[in-house]
Amino acid sequence: MGRRSPWRLLALVGPLAAWLLIFEVIPLVLVLAVSFMRRGVQGPIEVTFTLENYARFADPLYVRILADSLWIALVTTAICLLVGYPFAYYACQQPPERRARLLGLVILPFWTNMLIRTYAWIVLLRSNGLVNNVLRGAGVIQQPLELLYTREAAVLGLVYALLPFMILPLYASIEKLDWRLVKAAQDLGASPARAFWRVTLPLTMPGVVAGSVLVFVPSLALFYISDLMGGARAVLIGNLVQRQFTQARDWPFGAAASVILTVVSLLLIFVYVRYLSPDQGEEGPRA
Amino acid sequence: MSAGRRGGWLAAHSLLTLAFLWVPIAILIAFSFNTSRVNVVWQGFTLDWYGELFRDVEVLRATRNTLVVAAASTLLSTILGTMAAFALTRHRFPGRRIMEALLYVPVVLPEIVLGISLLATFRLLSMNLGLLTVILSHVTFCTPFVALVVRARLHGLDPSLERAAMDLGADEWTTFRRVTLPLVLPGIVAGALLALTVSIDDFIITFFTAGPGSTTLPLHVFSMVKFGVSPKINALSTLMLIITLGLAWGSDRIRSRSAGRDGAAEAGPAPYLDLTR
Repeated sequence: MGRRSPWRLLALVGPLAAWLLIFEVIPLVLVLAVSFMRRGVQGPIEVTFTLENYARFADPLYVRILADSLWIALVTTAICLLVGYPFAYYACQQPPERRARLLGLVILPFWTNMLIRTYAWIVLLRSNGLVNNVLRGAGVIQQPLELLYTREAAVLGLVYALLPFMILPLYASIEKLDWRLVKAAQDLGASPARAFWRVTLPLTMPGVVAGSVLVFVPSLALFYISDLMGGARAVLIGNLVQRQFTQARDWPFGAAASVILTVVSLLLIFVYVRYLSPDQGEEGPRA
Repeated sequence: MSAGRRGGWLAAHSLLTLAFLWVPIAILIAFSFNTSRVNVVWQGFTLDWYGELFRDVEVLRATRNTLVVAAASTLLSTILGTMAAFALTRHRFPGRRIMEALLYVPVVLPEIVLGISLLATFRLLSMNLGLLTVILSHVTFCTPFVALVVRARLHGLDPSLERAAMDLGADEWTTFRRVTLPLVLPGIVAGALLALTVSIDDFIITFFTAGPGSTTLPLHVFSMVKFGVSPKINALSTLMLIITLGLAWGSDRIRSRSAGRDGAAEAGPAPYLDLTR
């Protein structure tokens, strides 16, 4: 393949390289640069160098928002893991056909629009929604419960949207598990619980890590879910970024927030890639 | 027996999980056929809300915008993504690793980051936000999906087929046209359908890069939901669910069927989710 002409290679790579440069590298570098600038009087920005946008995150108000957002993401990830692991484990123990069907039922909602799936919960949870009406009809409550616009509702919305992202890598990981090892542990006298903690779980850690990263990162950013379901009670880093660019029109501060979001995401993705490679990442067919 | 009891517990949990995933969608769809405007109790079957959709000028305009954006960005991203797949799989060149990393950045980075970055860039270039800016943005995040699917297909290709064609006297172009392309085509089609799906579905990046005249369906749904719940939104949502599910299903079928037929790399569960591949 080395004898092909460099012009053909350039024709193949050039357009893509140009596209990535113009619509990805430059925009991302621009936002990084803007995060060190000041909000402009005429235009959106004034070109200078300052660290004040980052310094603002020392303000207790923003410390709380960051901490809240991280906490919401953590709770969302934990719930997805607790719900997803037993499901993936169960699916892997089924005969192939049933297994494919179970997995298909998880993948399908993954392909449907998250916004629409969020709306589905609003239909259920709003004060005049199905849940409140059923409860009132059954005489359990007199006044409708305030189910929407709480932090719990925001977490529910995120779990609902992101659960497939947890289940799929878990499934991939558990499916590869060599069950003979679990059996061996039990034959050697380990209780099922001990065999799970000492053998099954450690061997399926790549799936746990992958799923957790894939859930945690979007949980920091999916601003419309917290907006529609959590209202003012659940402000994610994503909401902070969105408001600076739409309502507040403070680009530099929004840019700084999105740089923080990017750094957190990239760190986690780095952990994930490091964890999976080199011995587990490019795994060939097992001999 | 304890194993049996554990199995029962797991089965019940899995059933509940599936119910959790599907019941809200089922109720959403059911209420799109409900005569009651307030969406609370079942009163009777009707198709009125669907009829109302087709008379709603804004919905029709958003539909047209969505289709224009999806068509243009699918076409462009399929070309770019296929080129990327060939370049990365078949060639060694300086900057290859960097390009590979950059290509997949939109998949792993929170969408909002790319959204505001593109917004800032378009604004500073004094571009008016409109269909063009939306299309350019969609191509940027659709391309990696095409590249991932086509690469998986290229990886599974048996190189001896191409060598055989060359040995039998076909020149490079003929080999490409008559052997390589037909073998890779299912991957390209599956990638294109995937691009179409993510383009039609995208909310976040479109939210930042669309202007007043270029509202797409997800953006329109968002503004309707902010306004309140109505069976019309249920009807629109139902149609969008059907369309994207159909497209995703089609893409999956093409990938798995062609993989099974000529022994290309097995299409595992969602290869686009496996970031290490």
